[in-house]
Amino acid sequence: MKIRKSIWEIIFDTFNCFIMIIWTLITAYPLLYVLFSSVSDADRLSGHRGLLLYPLGFKLDAYWLVFKNPLILSGYVNTVIVVLGGTALNLFMSCLAAYFLSRNDIILWKKAVMVMMVITMFFGGGMIPNYLLVTGLGMRDNLLALIIPGAVSTYNVIIMRTSFMGIPASLEESAFLDGANHFSILFKIIIPLSKSILAVMALWYGVEHWNSWFSAAIYLNKRSLYPIQLVMREILIQNAQSDQVYTMASSANEDQAAQVAKTIKYAAIIIATVPILCVYPYLQKHFVKGVMIGALKG
Amino acid sequence: MTRSLQTDILPIKSAPGFFSRIARDFKKNRLLYLMIFPVIVYYIIFNYGPMYGLQIAFKDFNLRAGYWASPWVGFKHFKLFFESYYFGRVLRNTLLISVYSLIFSFPATIVFALLLNEIRNRIFKRFVQTITYIPHFISIIIICGIIVDFCMSDGLINDIISFLGGARTPLLQEMKYFRSVYIISGMWQGLGWGTIIYLSAITNIDQELYQAAIIDGANRFRQIWHITLTGIRPTIIILLILRMGSVLNVGFEKVILLYNPATYEVADVISSYVYRRGLQQLNWSYGAAVGLFNSVVNLILVVTSNRVSKKVSDISLW
Repeated sequence: MKIRKSIWEIIFDTFNCFIMIIWTLITAYPLLYVLFSSVSDADRLSGHRGLLLYPLGFKLDAYWLVFKNPLILSGYVNTVIVVLGGTALNLFMSCLAAYFLSRNDIILWKKAVMVMMVITMFFGGGMIPNYLLVTGLGMRDNLLALIIPGAVSTYNVIIMRTSFMGIPASLEESAFLDGANHFSILFKIIIPLSKSILAVMALWYGVEHWNSWFSAAIYLNKRSLYPIQLVMREILIQNAQSDQVYTMASSANEDQAAQVAKTIKYAAIIIATVPILCVYPYLQKHFVKGVMIGALKG
Repeated sequence: MTRSLQTDILPIKSAPGFFSRIARDFKKNRLLYLMIFPVIVYYIIFNYGPMYGLQIAFKDFNLRAGYWASPWVGFKHFKLFFESYYFGRVLRNTLLISVYSLIFSFPATIVFALLLNEIRNRIFKRFVQTITYIPHFISIIIICGIIVDFCMSDGLINDIISFLGGARTPLLQEMKYFRSVYIISGMWQGLGWGTIIYLSAITNIDQELYQAAIIDGANRFRQIWHITLTGIRPTIIILLILRMGSVLNVGFEKVILLYNPATYEVADVISSYVYRRGLQQLNWSYGAAVGLFNSVVNLILVVTSNRVSKKVSDISLW
């Protein structure tokens, strides 16, 4: 059924396209600006004012200087440890919890466990008691402080439980008859059948670990333990024009330090963001799926 | 099914006491309990532990004495907070930041979702979505780093302002611009991502409704208004209620990354105040008291808004 567009609809469609293009540009431009600046010639950049439509020259000096900073490398290593270790623990614990809660058989304490978990979605001890607890357990200056305190998210467990419950019970029953126990059912039947929800969860937890910085900021004093985000905070926000950036810059050339400082910041931003952008196609796909699962539940 | 049926019938026959029922259940499900054990331990230590620790809000806590030996002081810290100058300031800032971002970003997200849905070219639509979802995944540190850089007096935004004939100002050093910077950057980051939930609600609308509307002679605008907007109304209501429930829940991360002593007056929210007083100035008990006040108010707001939603729309979270 094809219906001829009225003049108003044509105007609307054009206008709509225009708005979408503007919106896309506004979203993308700051990131492009950072990218262009990071590869620009520092001298020319410092003389430039206003929008940047293409890189001013092409120099990768800033990137080398950033990589020379030992904190960037150790930051990356620490972040990778936290992302891998944290996500593995998250998934393991969430699977256990979701399996327990998804069982159909009579379990006396199931409801109690559920209530205990749901309460924490609405009320918690807050920042200060949490801090006192974690430091009291001796996790100060230990990467475990970034991994263990957030081991399970109730919200994610509930989503996983819903998904586990969708797996036909007949599969498990025949396995039980073959002598399987709960562990083998979880790891040999349920988990292989739930790959897509596990992928969503892994990405959710993983990105959270990658981007998190506050626990690191309050629990870690040793700079060698800093994850990348905290290193970035030093470079970008704390004393925006000083210490870190200048130490890096001055290792290049004394009188050019001020100019290089600016490109270094941009290069650091790119270096800390590229890994996320590399997995972005997966993120987009699975996160959108995740939002929809969450929406169905709500 | 037969397995659980049998075990279900057994207790009725023998009518066991409370403890033997626990014992029997524990024996039957011991593997399941073994599985859930680490999770329960985690919840008790890391979720209920801090709740137990909240007692310090009613004590004069000091680290050396510990939880037990610190003396009880009742509501002293709450009184101190309510009577202090900061109570009004942080409450006002939290409410203003929350309400302003609600007023600006909530309708904008709906409008953008509706407009995006009207794009007929799939490739173009996918392109717009791909680009506008990106900022959601960039860490808040990087976002704030870019904001700080752009807002400096020789930054990009000031370049544009001065090109348009305005005077250069370090935006983040000025009280009057803090909230605008906070909210506009929040919209820049979240608008695209926020549309997903509406777009997914729109896909659930029955396509026949549109066909019927076309036959009845409804034009595009009437279709948007009467079908699309009506179709996503439940989603809008539930999201609005959720937002109302978290109106005093402004996150501290972006605030403490962007504020500085020059802008505390307009930027300091409850959570950033807890952070500063509790963790930076080490007033443990005072910080815990302010935090407890915030959690209790949040809880009341969530429960109330859920009640309201149940009454007006039959939609609720639980």
